[in-house]
Amino acid sequence: MGTFQIDFGESAKAPERVIGIDLGTTNSLVAFMDLTGPRILTDEDGNRIVPSVAGVSDSGDFVVGNAARDLLLTHPERAIYSVKRLMGRGIADVADELKLFPFRLAQGSEQVLRVKLGEKILTPPEVSALILKRLKQIAEEHFGEPVTQAVITVPAYFNDAQRQATKDAGRIAGLEVLRLVNEPTAAALAYGLDKRQNGTIAVYDFGGGTFDISILKLHDGIFEVLATNGDTHLGGDDIDNLLIQIAIEDIESEWKVNLAGDAEGVQLLRRAVIAAKEQLSFVPAATIDLAYKGKTYQREVTRELFDRLITPIVNRSLEPCRECIADAKVTVQEIDEVVMVGGSTRIPLVRSAVEALFRSVPHTELNPDEVVALGAAVQAGILAGSVEDKLLLDVTPLSLGIETMGGLVSKLIHRNSTIPASATEQFTTAVEGQRNVLIHVVQGEREMVKDCRSLARFDLKDIAPMPAGLARIDVRFLVDANGILQVTARDARTGKEQSIEVKPSYGLTDEQVEAMIDESFAKADEDLKERQVREARNEADQIVRATEKAKQEDHFFELAEEERAAINRALTELLVVYHSDDYLLIRDKIEALNNATMHLAEIRMNTAVRSALKGTKI
Amino acid sequence: MDYFSVFGLEPHLSIDVEDLQARFYKLSREYHPDRFARASADEQQKALETTSMLNDGLRALKDPVRRAEYMLMRHGLETAQEKADVSPAMLEEVFELNEKLEELKGGDVSARPEIEAALAHFTELRDGLDGELTGLFAEYDWTKREDVLKRIRRLLNRRRYFENLVNEASKTLKA
Repeated sequence: MGTFQIDFGESAKAPERVIGIDLGTTNSLVAFMDLTGPRILTDEDGNRIVPSVAGVSDSGDFVVGNAARDLLLTHPERAIYSVKRLMGRGIADVADELKLFPFRLAQGSEQVLRVKLGEKILTPPEVSALILKRLKQIAEEHFGEPVTQAVITVPAYFNDAQRQATKDAGRIAGLEVLRLVNEPTAAALAYGLDKRQNGTIAVYDFGGGTFDISILKLHDGIFEVLATNGDTHLGGDDIDNLLIQIAIEDIESEWKVNLAGDAEGVQLLRRAVIAAKEQLSFVPAATIDLAYKGKTYQREVTRELFDRLITPIVNRSLEPCRECIADAKVTVQEIDEVVMVGGSTRIPLVRSAVEALFRSVPHTELNPDEVVALGAAVQAGILAGSVEDKLLLDVTPLSLGIETMGGLVSKLIHRNSTIPASATEQFTTAVEGQRNVLIHVVQGEREMVKDCRSLARFDLKDIAPMPAGLARIDVRFLVDANGILQVTARDARTGKEQSIEVKPSYGLTDEQVEAMIDESFAKADEDLKERQVREARNEADQIVRATEKAKQEDHFFELAEEERAAINRALTELLVVYHSDDYLLIRDKIEALNNATMHLAEIRMNTAVRSALKGTKI
Repeated sequence: MDYFSVFGLEPHLSIDVEDLQARFYKLSREYHPDRFARASADEQQKALETTSMLNDGLRALKDPVRRAEYMLMRHGLETAQEKADVSPAMLEEVFELNEKLEELKGGDVSARPEIEAALAHFTELRDGLDGELTGLFAEYDWTKREDVLKRIRRLLNRRRYFENLVNEASKTLKA
């Protein structure tokens, strides 16, 4: 019974919420910007973090997060972690990963990687979509309403294919990805360093699987990225793998058993190594402690030894920093603040290396695991219109070029160009009557095509037959605000749009994504219906309880007899449909009961007002 | 639409870069796609087009050399149409530098000091052209004469020639 509430009706329906998602290599989070600022949304058990692990349960259902992480131990063949490392990549790119990570590739992985998860075969965007769906669900349970729009963060150094794969994952999960935001830039937004109004800041982001460095200029709420650099293959995982390798050798000499081929053993060892690594950020020595198949292994690691072991890994992050400083055309002295992001920045050696390089004490006030998600929520607020004073101007991390004679690259859009950015190039035919022109687009800094990353081949089709060199086709390359390439072509003489066929070098075609969306929608529809029924029943519970209570009060008998009968009838009808699966029917009857009790509510309201005026308690 | 009018500027070679940057920020706040995330597809596309124009335009106009190249292009005087005019004495010097670069690449570190000296020399030659360019920029803005643009083109080609040598030498020294 919606008694003391004032009904604003449908017209005042709030615009849809936009959530911010940090889809991390190791952990994922969802956040939202409300009136008080950005905050992390928690699941029903109060967890802020969803481990980026997906698996298939005993009953054949997909599970995500902690439940899937437990599967890693009991049924490693049915669970997968660090799938972000496979996003937008080809089989040749991941040869190194396959040695260190227990990814099981399925047949037909040439165009798009396919991983096996028990009996099921999924592409990396589909696995990521499982994680995104879980985050979406957390948000929906929090708000009690569907959520369909999101901002998702990506490593700044992600290339076009990796970004596209992330966007595909969003679509498959039923999320409209309003923007992909670079992780370090998001972190800068979260830190609210714009309070200092103007200045130059560096964001050092050492995550689970990727490393990014960005340098930004702040100007009255505008966050302008000057340069970015990084390594999509450098993260806390590398430290874990190094320690695991050493421990495996150690164990072999002690136990005379090689653990390397034993997925369960390695997984247990990974946990033991990570536990020791995390402790070493706070204590001078920790023990790698493994009990497996009746044997035990214990090895004390001092921080000093740990530091020596990981120095090469930490140093790998410093060269991108120096390049970034040079590209941003600033000096170390001109950088006012340094912000630390990512779990690996808790390691004392990482902090001291950053401090030495930038000659200033880095910011560590915000939880380095949460700051990216918080920033994603701020950007979501910007897009939703609730944050008006801030604006992000980001850059493209890699140069974009086309293949020319002799396998050379002609650069069209240089790295660190503010996006959206565009370039137009004119193409013509080489032989008489030629109907097609093929354009090969690559991304990277090297001079030879073979050293860059192939993005796609664009086929200009149906060119009118004419002598060689007469055709004039303007091709426009545009990198949008997500860092994703769009290509359009126009006949320069007729002004007519030129048809293009796109053949992406890696990743899913649009048709494949559509098929996955359809499949996932069939499931999502069921989930959604179930939730709507549950919500309708919750509402019915409330109004039934309120009505039953009001019926006990004197006011009820002030009503005319037919009014009372109408209320009773409406109440009974609602109880009859309560257990049906038709949420619209339940809502109908709720509405009917609401109408029937309108007069009663009014009487109660008036009495309440009168009592309040008299200063008496009701 | 040309980049000068995008920013509401007269097509001048000498411009106040700080003013340009301020205009860029103001227009970005207004037209950035982030401001149109929930608008119709048409409006979103328009925001994308406008903003890429702003970004491309800022890149073209902010740096004086690129700005001059852009101006030349507007007048159909692309810099690539003309070869750099270099004196025979200069060519000799360049030839020697190239030899030393090859030696260093081959592992002969004794070539290093001479490359460093050549690097300093060519950097000086390149930077020496900048003052002359500034003068020509002012002259063009005042007279709008095409022969001034052609003199600018000649200087830019020389400058690029030195620039390439400087880049090549620095890269080889760094490797």
